[in-house]
Amino acid sequence: MIPTSHYLVVSLLLFTTGVIGVLTRRNVIIILMSIELILNAVNINLVAFSRHLGNLDGQIFAIFVITDAAAEAAVGLGIIIAFFRNRQTMLADEMDLLRW
Amino acid sequence: MANVLLFYFFAGLAVIGGVLVVTVRNAVHSAIFLITSLLATAGLYLTLRAEFLFAVQIILYIGGIMVLFVFVIMLVNLDVALHQVQFNRQSWVAGLLSMALLAELLAAFSLAWSNPTSQSLLLPPRAAAGLLEPNTQQVGRMLFEKYIIPFEIASILLLVALVGAVVMGKKRI
Repeated sequence: MIPTSHYLVVSLLLFTTGVIGVLTRRNVIIILMSIELILNAVNINLVAFSRHLGNLDGQIFAIFVITDAAAEAAVGLGIIIAFFRNRQTMLADEMDLLRW
Repeated sequence: MANVLLFYFFAGLAVIGGVLVVTVRNAVHSAIFLITSLLATAGLYLTLRAEFLFAVQIILYIGGIMVLFVFVIMLVNLDVALHQVQFNRQSWVAGLLSMALLAELLAAFSLAWSNPTSQSLLLPPRAAAGLLEPNTQQVGRMLFEKYIIPFEIASILLLVALVGAVVMGKKRI
């Protein structure tokens, strides 16, 4: 069996990659996908500790995190489509107005 | 031995897929690599004996969320987007700070591992081997007994997200 620390390192690498994606990319869809990467890294952590501690609460939390990811993706992509219809662009640094 | 090989295969696939998600130019390719990374994560859940989460990951994440992503990318994909600059102006600072975060967390990890009280993170857990065994059954019981109120709140959250997505999809907003 694999030690828990290995899973933590994988999760850390995925988390950092997601953070880099959120901070550096300009395309909004790729920023949303980086957020999915971050949530996924958190899930790996939760499930690894669930096995390590021998109780299932971590896995239940992971299910709730996946639910949140679904809700976030639905609303976020709705906002992106509405924005695209109005401004014809996908770049995050051009989203600088609250109302136009 | 096969267990170890499977772990390194899935872990490498997940990390490489993740790196490609944020570096590749085309958003469709990015989505495909994200699907690869999520599938590898599902494999990691399997090595952790979390069969129910494995199924949830594939059905909900890859079958639901990622299909939504690919649909939206196809809806709004612009050819001009491929020729634009993909990284913003502060990306050097952001990359540097993220690397600092990575180094800091790794240092914290190694500090925790050298501490004898938390040494057990380095060893495979022994007590938990058969404890979680009929995984799906136990997750179901826990979800409907101990976590019934969060479960209902999650359904309200999904309803709110549904209404929000419908409002955002209206013609005039």
